[in-house]
Amino acid sequence: MTIKGKAYIAGIYEHPTRHAPDKSTAQLHAEVAKGAIEDAGISKDDVDGYFCAGDAPGGAWPMVDYLGLNTKKLRHVDSTETGGCSYIIHLGHAAEAIAAGKCSIALVTLAGKPRTGAMPPRAAGAEADFESAYGATTHNAYGMCAMRHMHDYGTTSEQLAWIKVAASHHAQYNPHAMLKDVVTVEDVLNSPMISDPLHRMDCCVVSDGGGALIVTTPEIARSLKKPLVRLIGHGEAMKGPRGGKDLDLTYSAGVWSGPRAFEEAGITPKDIKYASIYDSFTITVLMQLEDLGFCKKGEGGKFVADGNLISGVGKLPFNTDGGGLCSNHPVNRGGMTKIIEAVRQLRGEAHPKVQVKNCDLAIAHGTGGLLGVRHAASTAILERV
Amino acid sequence: MSEAKKYPAPVTNPETSAFWDAARQGRFMIKRCTACGEAHYFPRSICPFCYSDKTVWEEASGEGTIYTYSLMRKSPTGPYAIGYVTLKEGPSVQTNFVDCDLEKLKIGQKVKVVFKPTDGAPLPFFTVA
Repeated sequence: MTIKGKAYIAGIYEHPTRHAPDKSTAQLHAEVAKGAIEDAGISKDDVDGYFCAGDAPGGAWPMVDYLGLNTKKLRHVDSTETGGCSYIIHLGHAAEAIAAGKCSIALVTLAGKPRTGAMPPRAAGAEADFESAYGATTHNAYGMCAMRHMHDYGTTSEQLAWIKVAASHHAQYNPHAMLKDVVTVEDVLNSPMISDPLHRMDCCVVSDGGGALIVTTPEIARSLKKPLVRLIGHGEAMKGPRGGKDLDLTYSAGVWSGPRAFEEAGITPKDIKYASIYDSFTITVLMQLEDLGFCKKGEGGKFVADGNLISGVGKLPFNTDGGGLCSNHPVNRGGMTKIIEAVRQLRGEAHPKVQVKNCDLAIAHGTGGLLGVRHAASTAILERV
Repeated sequence: MSEAKKYPAPVTNPETSAFWDAARQGRFMIKRCTACGEAHYFPRSICPFCYSDKTVWEEASGEGTIYTYSLMRKSPTGPYAIGYVTLKEGPSVQTNFVDCDLEKLKIGQKVKVVFKPTDGAPLPFFTVA
């Protein structure tokens, strides 16, 4: 069994807002749902599958009701919650459901307002008494990974800075990007240290906003007007300290989700023309590029240096919307926008200054949770038909 | 700074209460599986490696080395250093480093456990040995 080619992304929508104090979270979900439905050219009453994660107020059933989905038709729901990569996992699960005939038009939504106000805390796991007092945040959890990666492989802050530099080169062409200024390696190194060894410019932005997808069958996709983009490989995985045995924070669960996706797609990293890589921090990108096989473990620093991730300059154009580092990071969850920019590239709808020529194969990969503690990862490989 | 910091009291539960009882006596406990021989942390009743229920409490030396760390400099309660310590007994544990110069922490450095009070059972931290 495979989902290869059995589901198409027919609709995408990224909310243009980066700060939405005048809107409700549910409203943002509705606005992105409407956007994706209109992009696909379908009716909301055709939606028969709905996917959402922890950002959806109240979860799936209040959202289905609020969004006014057609409950006579809706026959598949999935509220898998794996933090920022939830939506990449949803994409795979939607493809599974479509392949199994459990739904034919799936809507996936993400939205929220962390820039407007504090986000609700995560539910505690079994580890709470043994960890919560130590103040793990995104910054220091990813800082711990970077510190060990530098120790084991000689990775430098200059190399990490190149990831931000590349993102900023792309963001200058995105009118919605929060940070549009092109920055230099020196700018990154001179920005304040937040949590060693990560500087402020190693960190992504905090933004309100959201995004949505419509995933459908090959037959329905062909009946619509958008360029055809299909899912040909998908993987998901999880990693944690696992009782503290053989702790290794220099790799992520992408070492498992990536090969699963590439194997299903029947391609290798060398075939990829464009990469959307979750960039909560610069170190997140570097580790994932290694884990996905774009370079060997420990060689990520060399791989990202000297503009190798800049579209039109380097070998692997990445995050051509400016990514989380410069454009947005809706709800502190970057997986949705990773898929959306990959689809834009495959459709030929990216900004002309960053559009990859003949872009027929793209990857969208993300993590959720804390890379330095416990996290999920998901990989999607997309093809223009 | 760390002396003044107030730490949350562990909630505790039937599976872990022996850990916190020992902590009140200044003893740092890990769990070891008598079926596969592996030690683990935080403590579980079922071994996460072989799924045996033959796990027993063991007092750890409280000694280890820094696997990694990160000094958080932007915090409303002041800078603090999170990290993992690889215990002499094997498992790596998440912790904060306290009562030492946080600017001079190094991967591989030897550290030892210290307990800090809460309104409930004390919490384990690590300091330079």
